[in-house]
Amino acid sequence: MSLSSSAARPTAGSTARRSHSGLLQAWLPKLVLAPSAAISLFFVYGFMLWTFVLSLTNSRMLPSYEFVGFAQYARLMANDRWWVASTNLVVFGGLFVAICLALGLVLAILLDQRIRQEGALRTIYLYPMALSFIVTGVVWKWLLNPGLGIQAMVRSWGFENFRFDWLVDPDMAVYTLVIAAVWQASGFVMALFLAGLRGIDDSILKAAQLDGASLPRIYWRVVIPCLRPVVFSAVMILSHIAIKSFDLVVALTGGGPGYASDLPATFMYAHAFTRAQIGLGSASAMLMLGGVLAILIPYLYSELRSRRHG
Amino acid sequence: MDNVIRRRTLGARLGRAMLYAVLLLAALFYLLPLAVMLITSVKPLAEITPGTLLSLPREPTLVPWVKAWGEACTGMRCEGIGVYFFNSIAIVVPAVLISTAIGALNGYALTKWRFKGSELLFALMLFGCFIPFQVVLLPMAQTLGWLGLSSSRAGLILVHVIFGIAFTTLFFRNFYVAVPTELVSAAKLDGAGFFRIFWRILLPVSAPIIVVSVIWQFTQIWNDFLFGVAFSAHNTQPVTVALNNLVNTSTGAREYNVDMAAAMIAALPTLIVYVLAGKYFVRGLTAGSVKG
Repeated sequence: MSLSSSAARPTAGSTARRSHSGLLQAWLPKLVLAPSAAISLFFVYGFMLWTFVLSLTNSRMLPSYEFVGFAQYARLMANDRWWVASTNLVVFGGLFVAICLALGLVLAILLDQRIRQEGALRTIYLYPMALSFIVTGVVWKWLLNPGLGIQAMVRSWGFENFRFDWLVDPDMAVYTLVIAAVWQASGFVMALFLAGLRGIDDSILKAAQLDGASLPRIYWRVVIPCLRPVVFSAVMILSHIAIKSFDLVVALTGGGPGYASDLPATFMYAHAFTRAQIGLGSASAMLMLGGVLAILIPYLYSELRSRRHG
Repeated sequence: MDNVIRRRTLGARLGRAMLYAVLLLAALFYLLPLAVMLITSVKPLAEITPGTLLSLPREPTLVPWVKAWGEACTGMRCEGIGVYFFNSIAIVVPAVLISTAIGALNGYALTKWRFKGSELLFALMLFGCFIPFQVVLLPMAQTLGWLGLSSSRAGLILVHVIFGIAFTTLFFRNFYVAVPTELVSAAKLDGAGFFRIFWRILLPVSAPIIVVSVIWQFTQIWNDFLFGVAFSAHNTQPVTVALNNLVNTSTGAREYNVDMAAAMIAALPTLIVYVLAGKYFVRGLTAGSVKG
């Protein structure tokens, strides 16, 4: 092997050089990791701290460092638009996660019945995940346009009284976000579940079948409990997508009508970048981080623990 | 007895038919928006209002595509989204290459040259995958200003590299963990150095994970909107920002066919990658979410 040829000729003078280069070799991995570690330290942890500091100031158009304690958080709590955004996140996130899980699980189970053209169907179910949320938003905005979209189409079929104008209805606009987001992400959940199903030991199923259990019963009592780790990861990933949802809102509803379909992410952007409320925007960003941490810490904890054991 | 079996097969057949019906219905749900987007993008404007979403164009035309590419208004300017398409390419290509290269070296160092605290370092870096980016936007804007990179393509490349290496490191680290260490240890005993071992032993087996990382980063950065809208100016905008501006520009009559053509143009690169390399795309999506 050519690898050894250069190093396998120890000569008298090379010992000193070798220990010197050995020292370098011992440090090289750390040197290689150092820039990334520094970047992570500064741009992730440093910036989080920085945003926290900004959230304690009265910064408006430009960052100022005049501290006002937790006044921005108090303002946030008294801000109606923030409450609308947070409530929307609970509604949107809850429905989005639940529907994606249900749809993904059903599709995965159905696809797992030795289906012809399974590959093609899987490709079709999953492709929206490759799109930008902006594209998704633009398309669904067109589909949900009351005058020209689905409503108009169904009416032209003869159902004159058909109404599907959620996009312009302040009470319903947030549900259009759910529809589009489910369309985009449910195929991905299907893929997760399908991988999980394929990983289940066949002998468990055979044993259950020999016991005379019916197919739905086997799924309900044996298969689905086996998928618990997949459900867990899917919930993590989906709620993470929900909290970060920004592009979809911008493209589909623009947060409207009014601010009826605002989410925390759009609230933060609007206040920090267009409404010259940097302090308030920072406070809302910190609360978003808190939300993510509340989901993430149990997840990471269990991941790291199982890795150590496995 | 005979009867029972016949009934069962009939029932089973009915069940199969239902099964396929449901699966095809679901396929329609996922395909409908794409079909509508495509149909609308080749329909003349005059046919849109009288027709419906799914009515096929009587006189298909590529004019909306041409307009979307080179003439449509995005905000104040009317030069189409073609310019911005190339902006996206100019941002995506270097950002993907740099972040993948750094991720590969990081993953290699973290698995084959473990040192005290390397696992902790990995866990700390991993956190970067999960933060909501709203929490870094304001400091980033200020830092880019200090670096003289405000509203520049270089600034966007930097941002995407910084927040991409957490993912690429994760990919390569999890891949290299499974590469047998014996070969590396033997090479170390032979005195082969850090980069030499990487180049001769790890890199030759890394093709699949490089593909996963490149596809993941490509899709993420191409589809990014948040960084694009926060850190770009009109001449450095990526295509997603331009698309959003185009759709929301309210000058003259709404040209829905041009909107859809522009959406198609913005979607095509990632769609093509998905169709060509779907397997790797799925692997990137599920990396770290499904164990093993």
